[in-house]
Amino acid sequence: MAVQDNMGARAPRASLLNDPVIRGIVYQVLVAGAVVAFISWIVLNTAQNLAAQNKTTGFDFLFRTAGFDISFTLFPWSRTSLYWEAFLAGLLNTLLVAAIGIFFATLLGFTLGIARLSSNWLIARVATVYIETIRNLPLLLQLFFWYFAVLKAMPAVRQSFELPLDIFINQRGLMVPRPMPDHEFTWVLVAIGFSVIATIAVGIWATRVRTATGRYPSAVVLASKVADAIVSFLVALLAFTLLGNMISGVSGAVIFGAAILVAILSVTRLAPFSRAAVAFVFGLTILYALLTAMFPDVPPLLVAAGSALAGLAMAWISFERTAERPPSEGRFPLPLLVLIAVGIPAFVYWATGAQLAFEVPVLERFNFRGGVQLPPELVALVFGLTVYTAAFIGENVRGGIRAVSHGQTEAAQSLGLKEGDRLRLVIIPQAMRVIVPPLTSQYLNLTKNSSLGAAIGYPELVNVFTGTTLNQTGKAIEVIALTMAVYLTFSLLTSAFMNWYNGRVALVER
Amino acid sequence: MSQMSETTAETPTRHSGMQISKTDVAIDVIGMHKWYGDFHVLRDINLRVMRGERIVIAGPSGSGKSTLIRCVNRLEEHQEGQIIVNGTELTADLKRIDEVRREVGMVFQHFNLFPHLTILQNLTLAPIWVRGIPKAEAEATAMHYLERVKIPEQANKFPGQLSGGQQQRVAIARSLCMQPRIMLFDEPTSALDPEMVKEVLEVMISLAEEGMTMICVTHEMGFARQVANRVIFMDQGQIVEQNDPDNFFSNPQHERTKLFLSQILH
Repeated sequence: MAVQDNMGARAPRASLLNDPVIRGIVYQVLVAGAVVAFISWIVLNTAQNLAAQNKTTGFDFLFRTAGFDISFTLFPWSRTSLYWEAFLAGLLNTLLVAAIGIFFATLLGFTLGIARLSSNWLIARVATVYIETIRNLPLLLQLFFWYFAVLKAMPAVRQSFELPLDIFINQRGLMVPRPMPDHEFTWVLVAIGFSVIATIAVGIWATRVRTATGRYPSAVVLASKVADAIVSFLVALLAFTLLGNMISGVSGAVIFGAAILVAILSVTRLAPFSRAAVAFVFGLTILYALLTAMFPDVPPLLVAAGSALAGLAMAWISFERTAERPPSEGRFPLPLLVLIAVGIPAFVYWATGAQLAFEVPVLERFNFRGGVQLPPELVALVFGLTVYTAAFIGENVRGGIRAVSHGQTEAAQSLGLKEGDRLRLVIIPQAMRVIVPPLTSQYLNLTKNSSLGAAIGYPELVNVFTGTTLNQTGKAIEVIALTMAVYLTFSLLTSAFMNWYNGRVALVER
Repeated sequence: MSQMSETTAETPTRHSGMQISKTDVAIDVIGMHKWYGDFHVLRDINLRVMRGERIVIAGPSGSGKSTLIRCVNRLEEHQEGQIIVNGTELTADLKRIDEVRREVGMVFQHFNLFPHLTILQNLTLAPIWVRGIPKAEAEATAMHYLERVKIPEQANKFPGQLSGGQQQRVAIARSLCMQPRIMLFDEPTSALDPEMVKEVLEVMISLAEEGMTMICVTHEMGFARQVANRVIFMDQGQIVEQNDPDNFFSNPQHERTKLFLSQILH
C-alpha cells in the first residue's frame, strides 16, 4: 500500500553515480571509444608501414597472371590463369571436400549414434570404442595417418591393387572409371529427377489419404503388392545368381525359377520364410566370396561351412524382423516408392536406348590412362574429415535420441503405437530438434577443418590462396581478408539457417 | 486430503450406479514374480480384477505398486507367473502385447503428453495410426472427450501452454480416445499442485461412475474411500492386505497396514 501512495510523487532520486541507467551509458561510451581508438590505430599504423615499405594496397592483383600450377582443379587450369581463378579453384576444392565429407559423415555419424544406443552388446561397444578413440585424437594426426601411413604406403603404379568395378589404388591415388554419358542419357537424368519428385509426391499423398480415411488408397495397396513382388524377385534373382557363381553347374533357368518362386511367396503369408531364405543365400555367398579371397589356403568346404553359419544368422535376423510385421495393408507402401524411384529411370534407360559407357583406367608404361584420377591428398582428406566428424555427429545423434524422455516412448507404447510409428511420429520429430543445431555446427566444423588439407598438400582455399598466392603477391591483408570473408560467410549463412530452423520447430510454451 | 473428505461427505450415495460383473474377468494375475537383476521387486502377486471393478493400490514408495500396474500393459515384463488381460495372456509375443495395449489406457504421473503436437493432435494420433479411424471422425471423438474433461477451448494449444491439472486431464482424454476397456492410473495427482488435484480427481470419479474398470495407484485416500471397491495394500513387493474401503480404513488387519495408515492419515 505504501508503494501505491507514493505513485503520484517522483521516485526519490538516487545519486548520479549509483543510477544504473547512467552507469550503463557511461560504460558503453567508454568501451565503444576504446574499440574505435584501437581500430583506427591499427589501420593508421598499417597504412604507415605499407607506405614506408612502398607497398600498394588494393585488389587489382586478382586480375594478374598467377603463373603457378595447381595439382587438382575442377576446371581447366594453366599457368596463364589469373589469381581470381586460383581463388575460385581453391574455393571449389574446399567446397568439394566439404560436400563429399558432409554426405559421408552424416551417413556414418547417424549409423554410429544409433549403434551406440543398440541393445546389442557388441554393436554398442564397437561404436563406443570407435567414437572415443577418434574423438580424442587430433585431426591433423589423423590426416597424416591417412595420407602417409595408408595412402602413401600403397604400392607403386605398376603393382596397383585392383578393386572391383575397375577401380585401382596406388601411391598416386584412386583411379576410377570416368562416366561417358551419350546424348540420350540426358533423358535418363530427367527421369531420375522426375522419379524423385514422384516418389515424394506419392508418399505424401498416400500418408494424407491414410490420415483422412484410415486406410491407404486401394490403388497404392495393390500397386505396393505388385511392387513388393517385383522387388522381391529382383533381390532373389541377385542372390541366386551369386549362389550360381559359387556352385558351378546351376543353370540360369533354375535361378530364374527360384526367384519367381520367392516373388510369388512374397505376397502370401509365407513371405517371412522366403525372405529368410534369400537372406541366407546373401550371407552365405558374400561371406564365402570374402573369405576365399582373404584365406586362399583354407579348404573351400570349411569356408563354405563357416559362411553357411553366417547365412543362418542372417536368415534368423531377417525372420525375426519380418515375422512379427502386421499384414501389408496397414503398412507404409515402401516397395512401391522404391519401384517408382528405381523403375522409372531404368525404364527410360531401356526405352531410349541410352548408353552409359565408362572409360576404364588402363595401366600403360608409366601411369594409368583414362578414367578419373583422384589424388591421394583428396582421398586422405575426405577420409580423415569423414571419420573424425562422424564421431562427433554420432554423439549428437545419441544425445538427441537420449534427450527424448523415456516417458514419451512409454506413453506411445501404452497407446498401442507400434515401434515404427513410435519412432516416426513421436521420437524422431522431438530428437531432430535437438540433433539439428549441433549437426549444422559439425558441418561447419568439417568445412573449416578442411583447411588442414594444406598440411598434406591438398590445394584447397588456404593452401592455394593464403599459401601460394600470398607468397607470390605479398598482398597479405587483402588475401587474408578475402579468405576470412569466405569462412565468415559460410558461418553466417549456417547460423542464419539455424535461427530460421530453431524458430520454426521451437516448442510452444506459454 | 481435507478437500476429498468434503467431497465424500457431499456424495453419500457413493456406490450407486456402479455394476461389477461376477463372471467377466478383466485382469487376472496369477503367481507373478518380477526381478530387476537380483532385486526381487514383485513376489507372488495374485490379483483378479472383474469387469467394472475399481481398485486402489496403496503402499509406501518402493513397494512395487507402479511396477505392478506397468506389468499389466507390459511396460515392464514379468519373469514368472501369468498375466491375462481381457483374455489375452501377456508373453513376449508383440502381437499380443499390441492387442492388450489397444484395450488398456494408462495415465502417468508426469502426463507424458507429446510436446511437439497440439492437444488435438495428441488425442487423434493413436486413433488414426493404431485404429485406422478417419481423421475427421477421430477429431470429433477427441473434441467429445475434451468436453468431458472440460477443456475443449484448449484443443489447438500445445501441452506446454497448459497448467499441470489441464495437462493431466488431456492425458486422461488421450487414453479415452482409444476407447479402452481398462484404465490404469499411475499416481496421476502426485505431480500436481494441491489446487489442481481436485479437477483431475473429479474426472476420475466421473469415469468410475460410468463403470470403467480402473486400477489406480494413488495416495489420495479420500478418493479411495469414495470410489474404490477394493483397496490393496502393498509392501516390499507383496500384496499385504486387501479389503473394501470401509473395513480397510476402519479395521486394518496387518501391523504394516496400521503403521502406514497412521502415517498417511495423521
